[in-house]
Amino acid sequence: MKVLVTPGINTGRMNEIITLNQGSGGRHTHRLIKEIFIKSFGIAEPLTDSALTDNSGVTLALTTDSYVVDPVFFPGGNIGKLAVCGTVNDIAVSGAIPKYMAAAFIIEEGFPLADLIKITESMAEEAERAGVKIITGDTKVVEKGKCDKIFITTSGTGILPDGRKHISTGERIKPGDKIIINGPVGNHALAVLGARKNLSFSTPVVSDCASLNTLIKSIMTSSEKILFMRDLTRGGLGTVLNELAGMIGSGIEINEVSIPVDDPVKGLCEMLGFDPLYLANEGKVLVVTGNGEEKRVLEAMRADPHGKQSQIIGEIKENSRNMVILNTFAGGKRILEMPSGLQLPRIC
Amino acid sequence: MKYIDEYRDEVLIRKLAVRIRESAVQDLAFMEVCGGHTSAIHRFGIPSLLPGNISLISGPGCPVCVTGRDFIDKAVVLCRMENTILTTFGDLIRVPGSFSSLEKEKSEGADIRIVFSALEALDIARKNPGKNIVFLAIGFETTAPGTAVTVQQANMDKFNNFYILSAHKVMPPAMEAILNEGVKINGFICPGHVAAVTGSSIFDFIPDRYNLGCVITGFEPIDILQSIMMLVQQINNKTPQVEIQYNRAVTRSGNLIALEYLKRIFEPCDAYWRGIGIIKGSGLKLRKEFDRFDAGKLITSDIRSIEDDGSCICGEILRGMKRPDDCPLFPLVCTPDNPVGACMVSNEGACNTWYKYRKDE
Amino acid sequence: MPAKIISVEGDMAEVSVGGTLFKAGLQMIEDAKPGDYILLHAGFAIQKISEEDANETMRLLNEMNDQINF
Repeated sequence: MKVLVTPGINTGRMNEIITLNQGSGGRHTHRLIKEIFIKSFGIAEPLTDSALTDNSGVTLALTTDSYVVDPVFFPGGNIGKLAVCGTVNDIAVSGAIPKYMAAAFIIEEGFPLADLIKITESMAEEAERAGVKIITGDTKVVEKGKCDKIFITTSGTGILPDGRKHISTGERIKPGDKIIINGPVGNHALAVLGARKNLSFSTPVVSDCASLNTLIKSIMTSSEKILFMRDLTRGGLGTVLNELAGMIGSGIEINEVSIPVDDPVKGLCEMLGFDPLYLANEGKVLVVTGNGEEKRVLEAMRADPHGKQSQIIGEIKENSRNMVILNTFAGGKRILEMPSGLQLPRIC
Repeated sequence: MKYIDEYRDEVLIRKLAVRIRESAVQDLAFMEVCGGHTSAIHRFGIPSLLPGNISLISGPGCPVCVTGRDFIDKAVVLCRMENTILTTFGDLIRVPGSFSSLEKEKSEGADIRIVFSALEALDIARKNPGKNIVFLAIGFETTAPGTAVTVQQANMDKFNNFYILSAHKVMPPAMEAILNEGVKINGFICPGHVAAVTGSSIFDFIPDRYNLGCVITGFEPIDILQSIMMLVQQINNKTPQVEIQYNRAVTRSGNLIALEYLKRIFEPCDAYWRGIGIIKGSGLKLRKEFDRFDAGKLITSDIRSIEDDGSCICGEILRGMKRPDDCPLFPLVCTPDNPVGACMVSNEGACNTWYKYRKDE
Repeated sequence: MPAKIISVEGDMAEVSVGGTLFKAGLQMIEDAKPGDYILLHAGFAIQKISEEDANETMRLLNEMNDQINF
């Protein structure tokens, strides 16, 4: 697939064709977005999960996402459920209340109607669970081979209550503030990988795909000092931590021992050479709380079905180099970098 | 998880670190020759647990790093052929050749598939009778027997569309070569999985001829620290020898069945080690009776591979003479995103590992 | 990577690493049975893991552990 290079856009040292690496959510993706899209569209940085717009005093959150997951059905969900959860979460982590969604479908000729019905029903179910309404959409059918089964793009919007704008940017974060995640990482990516008609392994791992807006509601009620939230999708926990460090211009220290990782995920990662910290999740949120608030927030999170395994994993440090330091379980230290290479394609 | 969790006990790790600190009185340097060890050492933050007078040096243990550019060039030529499916372990995908890489070929439409086992490649051959399946066979004595088993199966089942391109190598000649070059180390942390196959006796020549100790090591933090402690004790007692720390998997004679497969299918040959040069008898090639499985025979064109970049010091790093941070290109010019040399491309390469797992300084 | 044999069929086994199941070629191992632990590498069992030897190592380490007090 060739990228049309418009005169005036300086692609610098980038390749002339788009490679899979640029879709992985790590360094390459960020570069592509910065050098092509942000530049052309004039989008203001920092980039947040959803964009916040001011409309005569009412702040609206707007987000959009495309879903190209392969395979379409996987343990724990399918492309439709994923689309609804992903968009709901992008809105919810800004502190906004997700309200309306749009869904556009690109379907390959020959796709089974029964599958489309299952996917649509999943979407309806999940939307109801999350309290959102899908109110508009679009459908295209393309010839066989012109898209892989089905691609879904969802957009979502919701109103951001007053006094929550800082949650997307983290501008109120200070050294000493604590970092919490709501459960084990790496499940979604490996559930999807495991569902590909794989010759080499079969895993009991189930995707964590879930709408987190009720969890987030509990979080917001539990404390006045919720300073940042972001969901951990492509690129995983490691990417979000690095993005955060860059946004707030501060260092972060994480304790490897506190990061929950399920045994089957651990085993699969060791075998395949993946790092669970860089794998995609679809039901995980990272929360930064004010120093001293973390126990209260943790308790509220653990009371929610999607937060039972929540853990405090680290804290913000005074550090001029914006580095994420990991205290390893062996008692050593290492730097957790932004991932550069492709870990897995078409996970979400 | 059994055989993993108990070797990660934090208290035990700390106590081993204390023991090492108390016993190591002089400056010591130990070399490991296994990509898995390079990775594990840095992932667990082992250097930050050791006293300042002990340094760990990475040798030529990463099979991707020591594979010459010409191997990738051949793979690229093969994947461009009609009706050809190239199968490979994941780490080769991004290695730059002279004029392309497998990643680039894949994005331009070549059928390149990542497999986790040679048997998977054979299965693809079984399911695609109209195509030629080529398996890129890299790895040391740990991996080569698997390829041998697969070639044997292909032979028995009379496959006519399965090929391997072998870059398999064996460790001891490389260790000897760098010792002969005068690398300054006080002992070897020996590769546990290579030894699980070959047996510990292949390292006997090191204490015998070079008066250096060898401890065959596992891959968990406790394994590595226990081995370092054993090496220190050998030095203090002036008893250089081959010892097995990884005794739950390694014996003196190794896996005789695996060795038998190796002998039946492969024979030694001279091999080119990137950064070191040609080392006699260090490679494995298919025996004549199996050479119809050699993918090299499919290549009819002449391939001119280019020399490595002059400023890249991967060679010296692989020989343990220099460290990644001695390289002028590290870490700003040569990065995992834009690798210049093989040590940065491979996940187990010294430079890639240093870059990923840099300790907090 | 240590893996536990779950089932054996001919010269292939299904092995578990932390609950994920992999296929392993048993061509290089003798008398492999469910419950045994093997070293899994590139789709093959390359060696059996000796529980006895593993226990011995841990015993020695724990002895040393007891000798050192912080």
